[in-house]
Amino acid sequence: MVLAAGSAVFIMFTKNILYAALALMVTFLSLAVIFIFLGAEFVAITQILVYVGGILILLVFGIMLTNKTGSTQVLSLTYNKVLGFLASGALFIILFKGITLANFAALDWNKESESLEPSIAKFGQILMTDYVIAFEIIGLLLLLALIGAVRIAGKARKEADHGT
Amino acid sequence: MIAFLFFLVFFLVYALIAVYGERKISAFIQDRYGPMEVGYYGILQMIADLLKIIQKEDIIPFAADKRIFKPAPIIVFTAIFAGFAIIPLTSDFMGSEVEAGIFYLLAIVSLDVLGILMVGWGSNNKYALFGAMRAVAQIVSYEIPLGLTVVCVVMISQTLSLQEITYQQGIWWNTIDPDAQNYLFGIKALGIETTAIGGILTWNIFRVPLFLLAFVIFFIASLAESNRTPFDIPIAESELVGGFHTEYSGFRWSLIMLSEYGIMLLVSFLAVVLFLGGWNTPFPNIGSVELATWTSGTPGTFTGHLWGAFWMISKAFTLVFIQIWIRWTFPRLRLDQLMNLSWKYLTPAAIILVLLSALWRMLMI
Repeated sequence: MVLAAGSAVFIMFTKNILYAALALMVTFLSLAVIFIFLGAEFVAITQILVYVGGILILLVFGIMLTNKTGSTQVLSLTYNKVLGFLASGALFIILFKGITLANFAALDWNKESESLEPSIAKFGQILMTDYVIAFEIIGLLLLLALIGAVRIAGKARKEADHGT
Repeated sequence: MIAFLFFLVFFLVYALIAVYGERKISAFIQDRYGPMEVGYYGILQMIADLLKIIQKEDIIPFAADKRIFKPAPIIVFTAIFAGFAIIPLTSDFMGSEVEAGIFYLLAIVSLDVLGILMVGWGSNNKYALFGAMRAVAQIVSYEIPLGLTVVCVVMISQTLSLQEITYQQGIWWNTIDPDAQNYLFGIKALGIETTAIGGILTWNIFRVPLFLLAFVIFFIASLAESNRTPFDIPIAESELVGGFHTEYSGFRWSLIMLSEYGIMLLVSFLAVVLFLGGWNTPFPNIGSVELATWTSGTPGTFTGHLWGAFWMISKAFTLVFIQIWIRWTFPRLRLDQLMNLSWKYLTPAAIILVLLSALWRMLMI
């Protein structure tokens, strides 16, 4: 947890954008470790697969493609300090209030799940029966995003192509 | 802990054998001798090389980004080595029996990609950066057909645990699940039960004949994952000097090389577990000639461990041999051909296979 918080703070203060991305990896990994300690193997692995294996690589790739590979480093400077502090402070207060006010232990699903052992088979069954609509909608949404991305990327390529 | 130490030692010994094997096999394919000077038939060549590597100076280029450059090989190596934690070497011996075994493996190997990016970027060298970019583009693309073929197997086996997948492919399935039954080609309607016959008939590639195709796709994708020819443009010597590890020397370089050979072994182990029966024997029981029972011990016993490890390792080494063989027989693919192969042929084929294996599963129950 110290590692997670420490690396998150490092992201905020470092000026080198690549270091920030790599510190983000440490944050994600330590979050995965916290999940494992909480007994949520599946969430931990998904965390690594999606965030480290997918999003972070995309992020680093993006940085590398846009970075000038010369003597100048890309720096992420801080602007709008007052406004930033205000916005994040407000968000923090709202979340903090919300979390402290909510009584998670009294929720129905939480009471039921306490007696259950974490099991991937059960998780899969529930996902494909009780929550199948949400699952399908997410799938459709991702497909749409995929088609959109291909459309945008494909068009850009045609313009750059000089007569083949 | 025992598994950790075992795999660490095994890994190092394997790397020595694999490097020696690679040099010898390549030599024979190209009609020359390979290492001959050190020891009988050059057999001590690798130990000499190892001593040389350890003595080398660990050079860190002046312009390199030291904070990224230094830990990068360690991340690459750790990611690969962590994958071995869930490989069921025998019926009772593995690092960790996580329920989500195969899922974990796919996740942890993706850390390797990040390590390669760090290697390439930290070196501050255009060849290294190009190599890393190519490696990552390639690995990320080929992870998709690889993942989809894994999904095929998971759909048929109904489990993510590698140990359980292995149990299903042999005569010992009933020891963990008394009601389980295997049928010839997985088709229940044929009515030929093969649970007690075992051997090659219950391996996934025979249990579900579709998996012969899936295995080919998996194998091609795994070659790309481990940056082996014909997918070795990230380390193409003729274009990029040495690829993403151009700037490294000494121990850090050897860590990167170790991981390259490590991932070859890891994907071979995975292919063996998913398609080729894991630690199960290839010989079936034929009537009173109980070849399967003779060539495998009861799970948990000493003979069980010995036979299991023997079959598992020899199958994996055969696959590694095929990888080396392919490397020295095929030319490398161009970048666009590489992407075409992944996105236009392998991925659609793998998606169709996922669909078909869902249908095949219906025949099995």
